[in-house]
Amino acid sequence: MEVLFGLPVLGFVFQFLAYLVDAIFTTNLSAQTLQLATPIALGALCGVMNERSGIVNIGIEGMMLTAAFVGFMAAVVVNEAMPADRGPFFGATPALIVGVLAAVGAGMLVSLLHAWLSISVRADQIISGTVINITALGLTGYLNRLIKPSGSAGTFDTIQLPAQILDLPLVGWILRMFLSSGPITTSVIIFVIVLQIMLFRSRWGLRTRAVGEHPRAADTVGIDVIRVRYRNVILGGVFAGLAGAWLTLEFNASFQNGMSANRGFIALAAVIFGRWTPIGAFGGALLFMVSEALGIAIRSNPPPGDLGVFLSGIQASYPSLYNNFFGALPYLLTLIVLAGVVGRSIPPAAVGQPYVKEGAT
Amino acid sequence: MTESVPESVTAPVPESVTAPALEMRGITKSYPGVVANNGIDLQVRPGEIHALLGENGAGKSTLMNILYGLATPDSGEILLDGTPVAIKGPSDAIARGISMVHQHFMLVPVLSVAENILLGAETMANPIFLDREEAHRRIVELGTRFGFDIDPDVKVGSLSVGWQQRVEILKALYRQARILVLDEPTAVLTPQETKEIFAVLRRLADEGHSIIFISHKLYEVLEIADRITVIRRGKVVGSRIPSETDEDDLAALMVGRNVQLVVDRGESHPGEPALIVSDLRVADDRGHEVVNGMSFEVRKGEILGVAGVAGNGQEELVEALTGLRRPTSGAVSLTGHDVTGSGPRELQRRGMSFVPGDRHRFGLVLSFPLADNLVLTQYDEAPFTRGFLRNDDAIAEWAKRAIAEYDIRTPSATVPASTLSGGNQQKAIVAREFSRKLSALVLDQPTRGLDVGSIEFIHRQVIAKRDEGAAILLVSAELDEVLELSDRIAVVYRGEIVALVDGPTAEREEIGLLMAAGRRSIPPVETEAGAGAGGSAVPG
Amino acid sequence: MRLLRRIWALAAVPTVSILLALLLGSLLIIASSLATEKALNPLLPLVAYESLLQGATGLSFIDVTGGVISFAPSINPEQAGRALTNTLAAAAPLVLTGLAVGVGFKAGLFNIGGTGQVLVGGFVAGLVGGMVAQQPVPIAVTIAILAGALGGAIYGFIPGALKAFTGAHEVVSTIMLNSLASFVIVGLVNDIFKIVGPSFARTADVGNAAMPIVFGRNGNLGIFIVLALVGLTYVLIYRTPLGFEIRTVGANPSAARYAGMSPRRLIVLTMSLCGMFAGLAGAFEILSLGYYPAVFGTTIGFGGITVALLGRAHPVGILLAALLLGAMRAGAPSMQITAKIPIEIIDVIQGLILLFLAAEAVIRRLMRGRAAPVTPGELGTVSKSYGETTV
Repeated sequence: MEVLFGLPVLGFVFQFLAYLVDAIFTTNLSAQTLQLATPIALGALCGVMNERSGIVNIGIEGMMLTAAFVGFMAAVVVNEAMPADRGPFFGATPALIVGVLAAVGAGMLVSLLHAWLSISVRADQIISGTVINITALGLTGYLNRLIKPSGSAGTFDTIQLPAQILDLPLVGWILRMFLSSGPITTSVIIFVIVLQIMLFRSRWGLRTRAVGEHPRAADTVGIDVIRVRYRNVILGGVFAGLAGAWLTLEFNASFQNGMSANRGFIALAAVIFGRWTPIGAFGGALLFMVSEALGIAIRSNPPPGDLGVFLSGIQASYPSLYNNFFGALPYLLTLIVLAGVVGRSIPPAAVGQPYVKEGAT
Repeated sequence: MTESVPESVTAPVPESVTAPALEMRGITKSYPGVVANNGIDLQVRPGEIHALLGENGAGKSTLMNILYGLATPDSGEILLDGTPVAIKGPSDAIARGISMVHQHFMLVPVLSVAENILLGAETMANPIFLDREEAHRRIVELGTRFGFDIDPDVKVGSLSVGWQQRVEILKALYRQARILVLDEPTAVLTPQETKEIFAVLRRLADEGHSIIFISHKLYEVLEIADRITVIRRGKVVGSRIPSETDEDDLAALMVGRNVQLVVDRGESHPGEPALIVSDLRVADDRGHEVVNGMSFEVRKGEILGVAGVAGNGQEELVEALTGLRRPTSGAVSLTGHDVTGSGPRELQRRGMSFVPGDRHRFGLVLSFPLADNLVLTQYDEAPFTRGFLRNDDAIAEWAKRAIAEYDIRTPSATVPASTLSGGNQQKAIVAREFSRKLSALVLDQPTRGLDVGSIEFIHRQVIAKRDEGAAILLVSAELDEVLELSDRIAVVYRGEIVALVDGPTAEREEIGLLMAAGRRSIPPVETEAGAGAGGSAVPG
Repeated sequence: MRLLRRIWALAAVPTVSILLALLLGSLLIIASSLATEKALNPLLPLVAYESLLQGATGLSFIDVTGGVISFAPSINPEQAGRALTNTLAAAAPLVLTGLAVGVGFKAGLFNIGGTGQVLVGGFVAGLVGGMVAQQPVPIAVTIAILAGALGGAIYGFIPGALKAFTGAHEVVSTIMLNSLASFVIVGLVNDIFKIVGPSFARTADVGNAAMPIVFGRNGNLGIFIVLALVGLTYVLIYRTPLGFEIRTVGANPSAARYAGMSPRRLIVLTMSLCGMFAGLAGAFEILSLGYYPAVFGTTIGFGGITVALLGRAHPVGILLAALLLGAMRAGAPSMQITAKIPIEIIDVIQGLILLFLAAEAVIRRLMRGRAAPVTPGELGTVSKSYGETTV
């Protein structure tokens, strides 16, 4: 039990936990987790807005990718046309700002397509989402190969709080996690809280939830189900657009084919994990991406003691497997959590079913 | 009930005003292939309970949809208090004081009572956020006014059907409705709950509200209505006052001919028990035990009817007996074999057939051809399968015979089952299940939503099957059906069988009490608080 | 005549979708000419599509010499033979990945895991092929192919079991498994199964397990196996009781239970079958290549989705759709050379075809309802099961 295959398993577990706690509270692991979780959380907010209204959206991946490409291209074009100095707000240049706006616009446009297919055409929503993913992949890949953009508009700056504040005991840790990143990452927690409050305390939220659970009931009290759904899907596109902007304007400074790397699907899993609530989905995003942040930390700053020696040994003997394991870890974790949790998580009752007005031919 | 000075919802209308609260003149509405409403005239006075009587498909719902703005008439006009109006949609109807309580409740189960009532008519604290306190206050007050305590924070999904109905009525009152339309309001209520709702409706009418009461239940209509309008095939065929008419007269108007209201049941000659249930316990999806030790037998050649309010365990009982749910304990035996916990396949092999209550969900695959549906439960038996392959010829031949024998109206056997009417779909299911070698037959709501002709046909088939020696278990929420067909009646209340009575001599009142309260008589009514139409909304 | 009308009813929407996609694609090509030729060239689509056709079938319509386009139909039999063989060879794996998705549709399952299943099937086939490389050809080939099929079947079994027993929707779980497979297999090849010698990381030669060539340069055995499988699948789905069960579970899982079927068993079985098809596709690819390279970039997984949707989830439709897509893939290289546009235009056109297919209700309305609707019973269940958590 304690020694398995000659390895002191229990000792490893304790060493790992000690390493984890130390990493969370003294290094920038928490901040990095929040950063990596940003596209997931934003994608999940898009998912929550869609699915709470009754629309299945598995095209978040394609929306993110399209927004990433469009935002990047717009920023590059503006940057070439009018290079400018970095401004005071997160180092924003006109190019970066235009890039974000373009990404958000792209997200909304693709969402409009999904909304039209799902609501008006009443196509199967999962197929509509898949079509968006495949088309986005092909189109961005083609255009990227065709245009071969060489410039870059750079990325946003991150907040740099003075060291004295960051070293404060508890507050310092919270500040370090939430206030040491770029603008999009920093705004995620605000979006999450606002959306959570609005969904459960505002008139918009009540109507949205009703439309997703029992659209006919909402219809009979005079709510325009179609309009509510269109509006929410398009607004959800804002979040997908921001996620794409994060990819090419805050985290990386370039665009690669398929760079969204199935993050849109992890976002879906976060929605399910979080029981279709913004706060729950945010928690899911953090949970899934802590594994990726941990992977980076372990590889750059291995744990001390026997565990560290053991891991370094594996890394030396199987370098590719070691690296690829950590690359695969978020997906594996998502899969395990999904299998464990999903049976108990109940989606909005009318999700996935197109709404037909009574008496319509 | 103490009467505080009421904040009036509407002022009572003085007798001298002669314009009807609502008048619909010459309403005509056609859909492709059918004229749903053909020149219908309707007048409803303030403070009047007006019943709209007709069978399924007669056009009552279409007419009310027009009133509520869910459909627009091809011609005709609507007048409110003598003024012509054009109703553009539900919000417009609601703004004009017309509210509708639908047959299938338009309530969102996961939302609370308050949220359901507020939806669409939200009381706001500011342009963004709801004003929950104010809404709570108003809801509790309205409830008290009409005789019941309601907890606005309870989730609607956990309320009983009777209480959900009260919430629907509150929805209408919250919007200051003057005209209430109730579509088949008693379809899912016990006789007791029906009495309570009728009392509420009377009070509403006394306060000047007009109530339109859609129904196909003759005795109820005679009991509650001030006036009755009968609709048949889209036309008004008669208008009556209850004191001047009776059930036979109304039935004749409804159907257009003399209807044999009760199929001749004949004598039953029961043999030995075929289906024996001993101390059966079954849990629902949430793990609560909803069948608490039921024991009964169904003998060959008899029909055992199960009467009870929906939600007292009948659904889970049927699922346990047909293999769709495992019982937690107890035993079931079929023709001497122990089949406790067996799946549908084995039960069918041992000679049990099952006509499911939800025919679209369980009984048919709507997108499949009729022929495939006719072999849905025998597809892998000879002659429909030969070796590895299916035998299409045998299937086609059987389909032809079934269509002829059971009078299934369909252009062919290859059309999808979705193109058939409800009655013909049910006939197809009956054809499939009745034509096997049966030892036991379980029928769950076999004639729900069907027209009178199909109901007659199926009831005749059931009696015929009984006379052939099958043991039949009939579960139905339609008390009339149970009373009409059963040789013995078991009444279910809270998961237990509280009575087992002889069928032909059973009385509706007695059964109704057993269904509602689990016992045969209630204590004498006290005049102080606690009795009558009151009570609080206890979930479950 | 009635048969023709019925075929048209079924094929109308896919045909129109393809035409519209080609039309939209040509607009994109014209716009692209701005980048490739620095000037708007409205005739570029013509050149591009013609070279695509030539690469796929050997048929040539125009002659472009000295910057002048002239109409000159011609066909070179030898070139045609090679082109058609290329088309068949490209189409064969697409039929398999199309079946991997299409059979799933029949059961109400959306198998997007084709990519992962192809990788696993190919990897296992490559490994096992390396192990039996010295055996006599029939034995080596059979064992390697079966190994690949088994590998794919297992990788399809996993999401099937997850769905049947935990309710995890296959759309998310298969995507996770896709990523997992691509990461882990790369690591395995690089660190454990790599052989010494070649300049890039790859597994051992499959030797005698290589895909036998039957005709032409690459008309391999796989083509014939695929044709046989199409026929067998048709019989299975439409003429056997098991096929009836699969279709019933896809159309109405509750009715399936009532009829005595076991939706759980059918979901696991169907997903494993789908995985097997995709694994076979991977096996054919790798056994044709001769080894498994550490990084095996293949798009036939996603191509299977297009094929399945275009082919209406019917084996014969899938065959035809795969031929079309295979033709496009076979002709793409010569199109890239002649028209100088990136090869990814094929992916764009593929996406556009799907887009128009998804909007089929609109297309049908445009054609005034003379086309048959996509069977709602099957494809509709895919979305509905997203909300259901019990089987």
